[in-house]
Amino acid sequence: MAVPVAGDVEGTRVPVRLVVDLNRCEGYAQCAFLAPDVFTMHGEEALMYSPRAGQAQREQVIRAVAACPVQAITVDGADAEETRTDAR
Amino acid sequence: MPADTAAREFRRQGRVVVVGASLAGLRAAETLREEGFTGSLTMIGDEPHDPYDRPPLSKQVLLGRTAADDTELPRRRRLDARWRLGVAATGLDLADRRVRLADGEEVEFDRLLIATGARARPWFRESEAALDGVFVLRTADDASRLDRKLAAGPRRVLVVGAGFTGSEIASACRERGLEVTVAERGPAPLVGALGGVVGAVAARLQREHGVDLRCGITVTSLEGDMAGRLRRAHLSDGTALDVDVAVIGLGAMRNTKWLAGSGLAAGPRGIACDAGCRAFDVHGIVTDDVFVAGDVARSPHPLFGYQFLSLEHWGNAVAQAEVAAHNMISSGLERRPHLWVPAFWSAQFGVNIKSVGVPPMGEEIVVTQGALGENRFVAAYGYQGRVIAAVAFDQARWIDFYRRLIESAAPFPPVFAGVDRRPEGARPVPADFPDPSLPTHGPTVTLSGYSPSERRLQFTPARA
Amino acid sequence: MTQATLLQQITDYASRADPYPLYAELRRTPVARQESGVYTVSTYWEILGLLHDPRISSDARNRDPLAGGPLAEPGEDANLPPSFIRLDPPEHDRLRRLAMRPFGPPHSPRRIHDMRGELARMVAGLVDGLQGREQADIVDDFAYPFPVMVICKLLGVPHEDEPRFHVWAERIVTGLDPSPDQDQAERQRVVQQARLELGRYLAELAEEHRRAPGDDLLSAMVAERDPEERMSLVELVTTAVLLLIAGHETTVNLIANGTLTLLRHPDVLKRLRGEPGLAVPLVEELLRYEPPVQLLPQRTALTDIDVAGAVIPKGAPIWLVLASGSRDPRRFDDPDRFDPDRRDNQHLGFGSGIHYCFGAPLARLEAQVALAELARRLSNPRLVDDPPPYRPSPVLRGPRHLQVAFDGVVP
Repeated sequence: MAVPVAGDVEGTRVPVRLVVDLNRCEGYAQCAFLAPDVFTMHGEEALMYSPRAGQAQREQVIRAVAACPVQAITVDGADAEETRTDAR
Repeated sequence: MPADTAAREFRRQGRVVVVGASLAGLRAAETLREEGFTGSLTMIGDEPHDPYDRPPLSKQVLLGRTAADDTELPRRRRLDARWRLGVAATGLDLADRRVRLADGEEVEFDRLLIATGARARPWFRESEAALDGVFVLRTADDASRLDRKLAAGPRRVLVVGAGFTGSEIASACRERGLEVTVAERGPAPLVGALGGVVGAVAARLQREHGVDLRCGITVTSLEGDMAGRLRRAHLSDGTALDVDVAVIGLGAMRNTKWLAGSGLAAGPRGIACDAGCRAFDVHGIVTDDVFVAGDVARSPHPLFGYQFLSLEHWGNAVAQAEVAAHNMISSGLERRPHLWVPAFWSAQFGVNIKSVGVPPMGEEIVVTQGALGENRFVAAYGYQGRVIAAVAFDQARWIDFYRRLIESAAPFPPVFAGVDRRPEGARPVPADFPDPSLPTHGPTVTLSGYSPSERRLQFTPARA
Repeated sequence: MTQATLLQQITDYASRADPYPLYAELRRTPVARQESGVYTVSTYWEILGLLHDPRISSDARNRDPLAGGPLAEPGEDANLPPSFIRLDPPEHDRLRRLAMRPFGPPHSPRRIHDMRGELARMVAGLVDGLQGREQADIVDDFAYPFPVMVICKLLGVPHEDEPRFHVWAERIVTGLDPSPDQDQAERQRVVQQARLELGRYLAELAEEHRRAPGDDLLSAMVAERDPEERMSLVELVTTAVLLLIAGHETTVNLIANGTLTLLRHPDVLKRLRGEPGLAVPLVEELLRYEPPVQLLPQRTALTDIDVAGAVIPKGAPIWLVLASGSRDPRRFDDPDRFDPDRRDNQHLGFGSGIHYCFGAPLARLEAQVALAELARRLSNPRLVDDPPPYRPSPVLRGPRHLQVAFDGVVP
């Protein structure tokens, strides 16, 4: 896969964490078109998004990440830990 | 041992401790691993949460669209770190290279990254700050509590201070249909960050959206009932307001208290470091194993006269963390300077505000595209004949052009003929920043002092 | 070899199948004044910079008439003013915003997303039509009819009328081509005539939709009640002409170029068959590697502009060679390699800045759906002609026909 997203962890697929670098964002709204359950435009240019997308929105998020004209969306990497792994 | 051999050895089995488990700390940790650091990595954070993103707290979260604990930051990669969360660092021993924690543990390091950020400036009177209904907004827990309170439908919300956070809170409240009063000491919202000309636009936006905006006014006291619930706020003009909620938006304070007596140049304005993110000690001598990144850092920037900039910016935290991490595991010429051009955004009242450069340095401002009256424009700020900053309202796609003007010290006023240049853009006007000697509500960029090359040591005891 | 002949080579039909070596040569001079007075910009960072530069106009009225260049704009007549892609702010911003209201966020955020099922059905139907055959022209049988069906449905144009507006659309698109060997006045006349006829057709259609509205863009645009948010009839028609043409003259190339590229990279085709999700990054790479819009020939300098050590003088026509910028080795590693796994693929396929392709999300979905379906259902597809015959345009570049042989169609 070209868009690495946290995948199956011992058989359970988990929600995707994401963040948008809004300094990079220029309001092209591609994400809001392609993943309307996760990204919405607030006014013409301001983007609001759910920082945690559910399993059902996973495919939408992948499309949005790929389509972002300024590559501003970061999601969990394929090997990212889901939670802290070690002692607190 | 030659320097590069030492660096290689450190990369392989050094011990890195990162104090501060928020955006800067996390991105630094990821960068360390990405660049091949295989030694031990300890992440220390005073909040009990995994690293999370703060900008949504005053937007999505306050609108009730996102739960505060759903703002965890994505992980770019596996970290293999030891996490100590919910435990604050309480002291630093530079000689023994140890960080002391609140639970008594001492963690040894070979290199330390300090990314402890800032905290909300609390209401100045402790008994009033403790009233039920008085909030600050900095952490996920703050946002969670405030969201619950707003959902309960208070009669009126008072926002104290119309900086970016205060304005965003007011915007969210209006969108939720709540009555809002904003009390701002300065002449307009955002005036410390963007000056009076743009502040006037922000003021109009607030009023158009039904905010009861009161400028040139301060809140003198907060009054509670017998049960300790906020009931009334008293203002400097002698009036009083019945309110159930007051959100204090008076800016942030750097988290440097724990470094008192450590020997680092740490004070209320942050920790001074060089452009390579290495901390200065109290003598202004740069250390070589303590690095700083994010809101808590202040470092000299060549583009801005080598003045020390403290930037409470998301983008700065990311960029500085990456430079700091790179430099922690590099030696000599491989090290990079942190030359990020300041940039930030805010979304309020349906308008996307973006800024680049250092607006408060601006002496004059000129509207280069669009018109202030339409809430769609780009304006450039000038300082000593060059473009020093720009701000855009709903015109984000042009901002990169202005970044390049700033980077190339392009002349001000910009003489170019461009699209959407209006008659009002023919001549610059004073940018109208408040007198910096008067206190304001948290300007986003703080210009503080000059480079160590001037040898003017101004040591402020570490009392944050 | 002089730059002037290099540009002639690029626009020359003989180079259509592979203009990329010529672009590489062009990039040696990032900003080059051509004999015709046109300034070509061919390197990534310089193109990206100019796409965000307020000193650049998209309005041909700012062009110095003496600096014409082979691509003089078709004179915009009083009956049909320029569409928003040929306007600057604030007019551009207003018209694009109004056109966006029924099309996408913030007012219609789900319109395109909700068409996905329908797109899949259309594509499946077209591939069903190939059953029982051993060879097909992927352009005429698939890549062309699909986007036309989509744009008709979206705009509210009866699909039966396709033969009528197809002729007009072809004429308008041909008129955009920078072929210097034609009579300018005659070209302009033909383009104007076609735009007017297409405009008249759409105006009548808009009137019908006012009387009997449907769930389509034309209906939404004529039904807008808020006078602040309403286009005049002329603006509406101009915008509809733009969307109809753009919607069915560009995506066809993306799908046809995509099919061709896949057939030239059987390993990728094989992966796509087993991994339909690959279509997502694959289409992005396609937009970088074989973009349907190769260059933007309609920008003008509003003042003298310093770029990469050259000065583009006020009034000069500028060609932004997007397809060259997306193959700039200073920006992309191994740029001539088709790599659907490419990271950091910030291509120029849809342009950038305020004129970023209006229909980009739709084009993306169409291409993803179309290529994944073709890959899955054609068994053992093979190129009959490589290279295939190309359409004449060096701007909207793509195969005219794409004959593909196959063993069968999988259900």
